[in-house]
Amino acid sequence: MDIATFFQQMANAMSLGSLYALIAIGYTMVYGILRLINFAHGDVFMLGAYFAFYAVTALAMPWGIAFIVAIGLTGLFGMGLERAAYRPLRDSPKISIMISAIGASFLIENVGVVLFGGRPKSFPSIPLFDTVIHFGSVSVLSVSLFIPVVTLIILAALLWIVNGTRTGLAMRAVSTDLDAARLMAIDVNKTISLTFGISSVLAGIGGIMRTMKYPQLNPLMGFMPGLKCFIAAVIGGIGNIQGAVLGGFLLGFIEIMIVAFLPELTGYRDAFAFVLLIAVLLAKPSGLLGKNQTVKV
Amino acid sequence: MLRIDDLSVHYGGIHALQGVSFEVPEGKIVTLIGANGAGKSTTLKSIIGLVKPSGGTIQLGGQSMRGLDTKDIVRRGVVLAPEGRRIFPNLTTEENLALGAFARNDKAGIEQDKLKVFKLFPRLEERRKQKAGTMSGGEQQMLAVARALMSRPKLLMMDEPSLGLAPLIVKMIFEIIKTINAEGTTILLVEQNAKAALEIADFGYVLETGRITLSGPGKELLADDRVRSAYLGEGQ
Ligand SMILES: Nc1ncnc2c1ncn2[C@@H]1O[C@H](COP(=O)(O)OP(=O)(O)OP(=O)(O)O)[C@@H](O)[C@H]1O
Ligand SMILES: [Mg+2]
Repeated sequence: MDIATFFQQMANAMSLGSLYALIAIGYTMVYGILRLINFAHGDVFMLGAYFAFYAVTALAMPWGIAFIVAIGLTGLFGMGLERAAYRPLRDSPKISIMISAIGASFLIENVGVVLFGGRPKSFPSIPLFDTVIHFGSVSVLSVSLFIPVVTLIILAALLWIVNGTRTGLAMRAVSTDLDAARLMAIDVNKTISLTFGISSVLAGIGGIMRTMKYPQLNPLMGFMPGLKCFIAAVIGGIGNIQGAVLGGFLLGFIEIMIVAFLPELTGYRDAFAFVLLIAVLLAKPSGLLGKNQTVKV
Repeated sequence: MLRIDDLSVHYGGIHALQGVSFEVPEGKIVTLIGANGAGKSTTLKSIIGLVKPSGGTIQLGGQSMRGLDTKDIVRRGVVLAPEGRRIFPNLTTEENLALGAFARNDKAGIEQDKLKVFKLFPRLEERRKQKAGTMSGGEQQMLAVARALMSRPKLLMMDEPSLGLAPLIVKMIFEIIKTINAEGTTILLVEQNAKAALEIADFGYVLETGRITLSGPGKELLADDRVRSAYLGEGQ
């Protein structure tokens, strides 16, 4: 392997890792606040891509506006999902809400097949993202540079919301102790709704960026990334945002490096996520950045 | 100020409160004592809206509060420092205090009240940036009370603030309850430590398996034989 290929693969790994990180954050935030694994999260990611697709094609919007509209719609969809599928079950046993999540996932995928058609669609090319950029002998697609940059900006914004605003403080309180948060006059429903909104916006952005890189859409495209990003969130320590980012990048890098350096194992690329998951959980059951929950009485 | 009438609470098949009635007059300290499982916490949780009663009325200043959301009850000036403190262990002292003032948006007033609680609990000021979960039990209890005060309550309810604390800290907490009351906050205090509670209370109620069985001025209950044998551990 020469140095050019190496840098090319690094760029790929950075952008794949970024995408995984964005989606993994959604799992971790929702888990943090409701102790719920939102199985439909991968499908929300898929919807983000389709919303953008139809905004650009059917509605003929300029791509910038189309993306904003699609991201907004994805956020609203996530809030609607919480309202319809999770809120009515908030006081039910955990298993009920989990089953509701699995049901929501199947429902979205199958309605997606009916509405969008099962055949893959291809996203029209947007020159800004499709340009090949040369650095000496290294050439990368411009979108592979955009993705990590956009992701970093979003991460900074997210950390600011969570750690620097009143809303973020409410989110942290609700995720620690729901009843105690109520006692602080926090509107718990609004806070949970907002958490779903934010995590869905991130999934929407991820869905759109992934489509810029691999311009094929199909209604089941959220399944595998959803699963892997859930794994990424668990590896990083579920409930912990920095952990989700770490897990996402780790998974992205390992996947790309395996394909690059051990091409004969490419067929197993998806399996490595699970191997890594098992290895990490054996060594540190709470995930890399997860805390062992200790409660002081 | 607060008036509870015929309050009834069911948890599934358990009838935890069976027609409880009592009153908390403005400016007073009222205490509710009783054994484990008597329904003391359930009473406070019903008042603050965490538990939905199956019957009865809860009135604050003549207005019904039953069925209101907790956040709206807190906005009306009632606050609960819950059993087991329930501070946010992963947040700092300051963040916990900020959450206590969450319903308010008068920045200057909040800052002022923060200085006030730091004066009340100097120990907390030293630990402004410390994660609450790493503080001692006594400090956590101080934080729980301070956090409740940050909402500038008219009625402060406390559920067993002395639980698990060393005698010296207990004494200090009770002194502070008196101070808070002297500054104009009405207090509803739930305690297992009946002696200490009755000593500072203007009025006391004894709760037994979901019913009020005795009531009277704190000093009178302290002298009552039934209270002495059942709650003060003194022989007959
Ligand atoms: N969430 C619940 N589900 C079912 N039963 C409950 C629940 N909470 C309380 N109970 C029951 O209601 C009764 C009253 O409980 P409560 O917590 O009000 O007692 P308490 O007087 O505060 O006791 P303690 O002094 O031990 O705190 C008890 O029998 C308890 O088992
Ligand atoms: Mg209790």
